Order: sequence, then structure tokens, then C-alpha cells
Amino acid sequence: MTLEIGLSHAFPDFRLEVDLTLPGGLTCLFGRSGSGKTSIVNAVAGLLRPDQARIVLDGVALHDLPPHRREVGYVFQDARLFPHLTVEQNLTYAARIRRQRPEGMARIVDLLGIGGLSGRRPATLSGGEKQRVAIGRALLSRPKLLLMDEPLAALDEARKAEILPYIEALRDETGLPILYVSHFLPEVARLATSIAVIEAGRVAAFGPAADLLSDLATAPLLGLRDAGAVLTAWIAAQEEDGLTRLDTLAGPIWLPHVAGEAGRAVRIRIAAQDVILSRTRPKGLSALNILPATVEALHEGQGPGVLVRLDLGGEFLLARVTRRSAQALDLQAGLAVHAVLKSVAVAQSDVGAR
Amino acid sequence: MSHWLTPEAATALALSLKVSLVAVLVSLPLGVLVAYALARGRFPGHGLLNGLVHLPLILPPVVTGYLLLLTFGRQGWVGAVLWDWFGVTLAFRWTGAALAAGVMAFPLLVRAIRLAIEAVDPKLEEAASTLGASRLAVFATVTLPLILPGIIAGVVLAFAKAMGEFGATITFVANIPGETQTLPTAIYSFLQVPGGDGAALQLVLISVAVAMLALALSEWLARRVARRIAGR
Repeated sequence: MTLEIGLSHAFPDFRLEVDLTLPGGLTCLFGRSGSGKTSIVNAVAGLLRPDQARIVLDGVALHDLPPHRREVGYVFQDARLFPHLTVEQNLTYAARIRRQRPEGMARIVDLLGIGGLSGRRPATLSGGEKQRVAIGRALLSRPKLLLMDEPLAALDEARKAEILPYIEALRDETGLPILYVSHFLPEVARLATSIAVIEAGRVAAFGPAADLLSDLATAPLLGLRDAGAVLTAWIAAQEEDGLTRLDTLAGPIWLPHVAGEAGRAVRIRIAAQDVILSRTRPKGLSALNILPATVEALHEGQGPGVLVRLDLGGEFLLARVTRRSAQALDLQAGLAVHAVLKSVAVAQSDVGAR
Repeated sequence: MSHWLTPEAATALALSLKVSLVAVLVSLPLGVLVAYALARGRFPGHGLLNGLVHLPLILPPVVTGYLLLLTFGRQGWVGAVLWDWFGVTLAFRWTGAALAAGVMAFPLLVRAIRLAIEAVDPKLEEAASTLGASRLAVFATVTLPLILPGIIAGVVLAFAKAMGEFGATITFVANIPGETQTLPTAIYSFLQVPGGDGAALQLVLISVAVAMLALALSEWLARRVARRIAGR
């Protein structure tokens, strides 16, 4: 799958200029609010008619088609379920419009866990339920591409945690390309296979998620406070004291319970500011996770901090330390160090399916 | 009915019901279209259309009736065409009474429907379009069901207004018993002759009952709009 997006549009207060060629998988459009992310997905859906647009999905030009003929599913931030229809009627809406039988209904209802809701009215659903029904409704229109505009932004943490696994399943099991708008980095780190950073109507950076998240040049674009790389790990064992042992390229780490059988691959976002560096292997320390690493590069910002990119043997980790510490430790490329990470610093929501 | 209503009164009531029903049902499709255009359309002449629709509400009814006569009378520019080409005339006919009633009731009809359309979130219509619905299908499956109570409320109000229409009717189609004499013009006629008060009072009571019924019905329907759009 490839999706080409070429847009040019003058808004009263800013200009949108986008030229992107996206691979399959889940691509996150990341940027602060007002940067033009939603305008991009609206243009892809046909809800915004830009001054100039070239939108081509697998060789099919979409830009001249009206929204209803683009075969692009859209999950909005506010679920936008039809209030006068039941959940089931909402789900089968697209099929009824096209006078088709709703195909794959059972599988999608099962995937999203909305089997018990079919006779209910949208007004009686919780926010999380509404959003899952909205996802199901979009999927049942049998789209060639799924757009999701901050589908979790209106939900509290508990509801987010409820829906994230469903979106991961969508990404991993359906093979449907997804364009996902978010301004929340932990969510992006957990879901994205590619990331496009949007700033003031332009693409500031674009690439595979793991590369972009651990790249010293793009990390400041993503926001230093939230900067953090994504590690792949495999569940090794569930231990008796409630911890889970996971294997990484650089050795074992222990985290608070991570659900899953041994061998299941997960991705873990590790915030740069939670990583401590030591030149010698520390002893008598409460932190459980000590990974040997090599300093690959350093990036000095304007503030008192230094961002350090560590090579764990093929995967990369970011650490944020003060400039004073960097000097005291004499950090430089090629230096062997130990990265120290508190188990409890990794939030449950930062561990997701790979 | 006829043993307590005079034959003239019964005829006037039946004619009023026929005229009002035809007026409202014929103007309803146009009313929905104009209401949609006013609620959702952005086009040059939007303000002019809005003004035109509301004109019968602010003009003296006699003026509206006279304008109808000038336009749809046999010498009028529309009336002449209708007569020459189709042999149809509206002036001094019950169809003309229906036209007058329809024009006078039109602002109320459009207003109720427009309010209902404005209460529908356009984002729902966008969502429907991304699910494969054309503009027409969006209207039929999302907009129309959500505004249905508003349409019914508008119809009820317009019907009540049409039942009570006097000035434009008497100016355009006069007051011919059995052809154009509606409830209000019949009341007026009864009041012009000595001893007609009793018959007039009968018709007045019928008018009040019809109006109250229509108002109560529209109030009940208006509450349903709110509930329906909230989806409970």
C-alpha cells in the first residue's frame, strides 16, 4: 500500500503545504493543536477541499471524488454516532446505504468487544463504548484506508487503556492502512509504525517510528519532556513477586506485571528522562534494570540538558541528563556505559503490542 | 354535524379544512427545500430569500392579497400564462384561497423546519458521507429523520395559520359561499347581517378549538425534537 498526499491550501492564518508518500501500517500525524493535522486527514476524506490536492491511494486518484465515493473510513474525535439509530443500525449504516449485506460483522464486533450493545442507543453508551462502535462502523464500510482523528483525546486514562489494545489489534490483524492523528507522544510511541511530525502546516520530519523516536535531531521536535525511544522486548517469565522478566537485545529487564505468555513480543516506551547513566556497573542500587550500552551520539540543546543516544546492540535508547553530568562522566561517542532504569518508571500504558 | 351547524357554516368549515390541508401539503416540499437552503446554504441572495420568505409575516395581509391578485389574477403576469396555456385560473377560486393561505403560512412552516435543521449537527452529515452516503442519501437517512418532529410542528402551525387566514384571502379570492368562503370570511359575513351573531359565535368557538389543538400538538412535538436529537 502507498498513499501519496500532496496538499497546498491557504488558511486565513497559516498555509498547509504537505508532500508525503506513506507506506502501509499505522502512520501517526503528530504535532501540536493547530498545526494542520486534522486538515490533512479531512483533505484525504474529502471533507476539506484544498486549493490544490493530489491524493492517490494505490494508484487510484481520490482527490477528484466526493467523500462518499472515496472508500475511506473516518473515526472522529467525537464518535459522531447517529443518535436516532441503535448501535446495530449505526454499524450496518454503510451496508444499508449501498444495499449490501454487512460483511465481516461478527469478526469486527468480536474484535472490538461490542457484541452486547447492539440494541442500545448511542446516548446510553459510555465514551469508550461510543468510540469502539464508531471504529466498528467505519470498518464495516469496508474502507481501503482508515483515518483516525485523535480518537482517544476525549477519553479519560481508563477508557484510553480500554481502547488502545483494540487499535493495536486493528493495526496488527487487519492489515488496513491507518492514518492516525495525535498530539500525545506516549500514544504515538505505542501505536505508530511510521511518524510524520507536522509543524505549522508542514512536514517537519517523517520516518519509521523506531528511528524517529530515537533520533537526536527529531526528539526536540517531539518535545523533550516526552522524548523517549521504543524498545522491543519478549516476555520471558512471570515471576512470583508480580514482576515480569522480559528479554531485550541488551539483556533482561524486569517490569511490573505485563500480561501475556512467554515469547510474546511487546514494545516498551522508555522516557529519556527516566534513564540514569553510570560509567561503572552500579552496586547496592534499588533499580533493577541495568543494561550495558554504548554512547552513540550526544545532542546539546539550549537548556541545561543533554540528550544521549545509546546503542543497545541494534536498538536505541535515549537518555536525558544534565550538561554537568555529561561533563563529569566525560560522555562521548563510543564510550561504554550502563543505562539504569527503574522498573516502576515504565507506566502500564507505555507497554503495548508489537 | 348539520343539525347543530347551519349549512353555510358546515360548508365554510369543510372548505377551510380542504383549503388549509392543500395549502400546507403543497407548500411542504418547497418549505423543506427553502428551510434547508436558508439553514445550510451559503449563496448570494441568501438574505434576499430570507426576507422574501418572511415578507407575508410583516406585510399587511391586504397588501399580500393584492400582490397575489396582481400576479395571479387573469391579467397578472403569472395568471395570464396559466389561463392562456392551461386554462387555469386561481382568482376567486378555492385553489386561489389555498394559494393565499399557503403564502401566508409559509414563513411559519419554513421557520419551524429551519430551526430543526439548524439543530442537526453537520458533523453527523459529514460522518454519513464518509460512510458512503451521497448528499441526497445523507439528507434522507440522517437529516430528515432528525428533523421530522420539526417538520410536523411546522405543518401543524402552518395549518392553524391557514385556517385563520382572512385578509389576503378576501382580497385575492373574495368571499363566495361554497367556493372561497372559509371560516374567518364566513364569521365576517355572519357579523354583517342582523341576527347572525349566533352562527358567528359557533364558528368562533370552532376556530378557537382548532387553534388550541394545533398549538398543543406543536408544543408536544417540539419537546420530542429535543429528545430525539439527544437520542433518548
